[in-house]
Amino acid sequence: MNDAGSADRFDHGGFDGEDDPDGKNGPTGEGDFEDKNDKRDEQDKAEQQEGYGIPGGPANDNGNDTGQGPDQPPRIPMPRASVEDGGRPLPTLEDLAQAAAQPAPLVLEHRVLKSLLGAWALAACSPDETAAVEEHLGDCGSCADEALRLREAVGLLHQPESLDLDPGLRTRVLDGCLDRRPPRIPVPGWAAPYDAEAARLDALLQDFGDAEWHAPVRLRWFEDEGPMTRRTTVAGVIAHLLSVDGLVAAALGLGDPLGDLAAAGPTPRARTEAYWRTSHFPPNRSVRSPWREQTHDLVRTVSFTSDSGPARPAVSYGDFELPLRDAMLDRAFECWVHAEDIAEAVDYPYEPPAPRHMHRMIDLAARVLPAALAQRRRTGLASPAHGRHLGVAGEPGRSLRLEIEGLGGGEWLIPLDSPAAVGSAEHEVAHIALDGPEFCRLAAGHVPPAEAAVGQVGDREAIKDVLFAAAALSRM
Amino acid sequence: MTKKDAPPRWDRKMQQRLARGEAAALGELYDRFASLVHGLAHRVLGDERAADGITRDVFAHVWEHPEAYDPKQGPLRSWVATLTHRLAVQRLRATETAALAQGSGGSAEDLERKVRRASVAARADYIVTSMPAPLRAALDLAYFQRRDYRQTAADLGVTEDEARRRLRLGLQLLSTAHDVGAPGAPPGYGGAV
Repeated sequence: MNDAGSADRFDHGGFDGEDDPDGKNGPTGEGDFEDKNDKRDEQDKAEQQEGYGIPGGPANDNGNDTGQGPDQPPRIPMPRASVEDGGRPLPTLEDLAQAAAQPAPLVLEHRVLKSLLGAWALAACSPDETAAVEEHLGDCGSCADEALRLREAVGLLHQPESLDLDPGLRTRVLDGCLDRRPPRIPVPGWAAPYDAEAARLDALLQDFGDAEWHAPVRLRWFEDEGPMTRRTTVAGVIAHLLSVDGLVAAALGLGDPLGDLAAAGPTPRARTEAYWRTSHFPPNRSVRSPWREQTHDLVRTVSFTSDSGPARPAVSYGDFELPLRDAMLDRAFECWVHAEDIAEAVDYPYEPPAPRHMHRMIDLAARVLPAALAQRRRTGLASPAHGRHLGVAGEPGRSLRLEIEGLGGGEWLIPLDSPAAVGSAEHEVAHIALDGPEFCRLAAGHVPPAEAAVGQVGDREAIKDVLFAAAALSRM
Repeated sequence: MTKKDAPPRWDRKMQQRLARGEAAALGELYDRFASLVHGLAHRVLGDERAADGITRDVFAHVWEHPEAYDPKQGPLRSWVATLTHRLAVQRLRATETAALAQGSGGSAEDLERKVRRASVAARADYIVTSMPAPLRAALDLAYFQRRDYRQTAADLGVTEDEARRRLRLGLQLLSTAHDVGAPGAPPGYGGAV
């Protein structure tokens, strides 16, 4: 940004009028200045050239910088009216009179007075300096012009409004665009939930200050024996998402955000712990940018990746793997779950995903439930399979009807005895009903299976096994 | 964050990706500029739904006409801001003109004044969000936190001279929001800050 050329433009901006040595520009009556601005203040010139080189600064090259027509005499600006919170009072006329009455008023050089104009316009000078500046404005046309201009500029400052965009606006705007011009390279439907959830979480992080980034968060999940927790911070959660999303990045041939650390272990937990151990500790807001960049890279890359055929990459989570499309749904789900953790930690509201996105996430959970059941059965945590219905792969088997109520819901038949079996209404032995967000909280390990708000009829053993298996889908 | 130091390369790549019809690029464009667009539109129109509408129109325009952006003319951010400004001011003028025609009481002069005020306010917002961070930080302390310039200097860890300089320079930049050129061609976005 350091652009000497434009800094130079600034220099012609005429903010640097020399004071008038013989005082003939003094005010007459209301203040009828003749703008005499042909000299340069060398000191100021030097100051500005070492500045930020703001391109396109005040481009006012004619030396008449009053911002007013020649027939509109500049006047001494009045104190700004926009002091919003009534903090420090602006000097009143009485103050000025008092200051003038004091025996030894502050005497400052023109150069110094001019340098004070910004602070003066913001009411950020000492009372002595304020009085000295105002005294000077009566004698110096160029400073009076600038003072007016700067005070007007102060009036343009305002407390930024809360710029929380309606999270639903993104989908509406993008859908509107895509209707008008269909994309040649669409974002696959199975990656849309991830795209949307990452955007929602990023919007939540938007205005976080340090206090929020370091707010404590307790990650919760459910393992064989029961609930697990791990303490971290908001930044630590984003580092966790970055680390685990990195599994998908690695499968797609993008760089692994863990680099050499990836050797620490392939599971989400091992990766996260490795990242936490070796990254800046504690993790801070700097983690946002790499996380967000990776989410964009993933969405972009999967748009170009065929999800079918032999080229389709599978994503390894260490002890299991998921097809790419399911891994992207899994990451969308995790993104939402952890966004809720973060929102809770900083006491912000957070909505569930769009119904059609939540439906896909629930569908993924329903599809992997039979395998989770089988896994628990192998380790003796679920009741034994009913041999008479094990049958042949692809045959209908004993099933539980999972009914998810509300938007994004639906019904799934979960085969109970073997992941290879097919859910069957004829072999339905139990029926549970719960709403989408509650099911998702269960599958996230945020609600103990015994406490989930579930309507249930039928085989109690089967119901208990399915609820525990759903909770066991969660992980750190 | 990344918004401000985006290299022109990002702008060029984004344009190419949009031209190729890559939906993921549209999402990234939104993520980068939506709050800028919505904020400016809201500043001009003072209405949430109207600002939503402008946001929709701006992104639709960029998506449908990515070739209209010329990276040689300046950053994509400026171009998007200028487009937003133009559409928002157009809409304000249209709604105000309609209200005027229905006999809402104001005069054509009031209308022009209102349009101009909204226009200047939006440009000022843009200038503040785009000015170099040190200037913005100084203004924030002196104006919003009510610190005097000595406290501002201490907070920023700079000399008092430097604090005065930053406050003055920041306001000088901000004052350019008033410099309106030809009507319909708002300055202050093109390459500015």
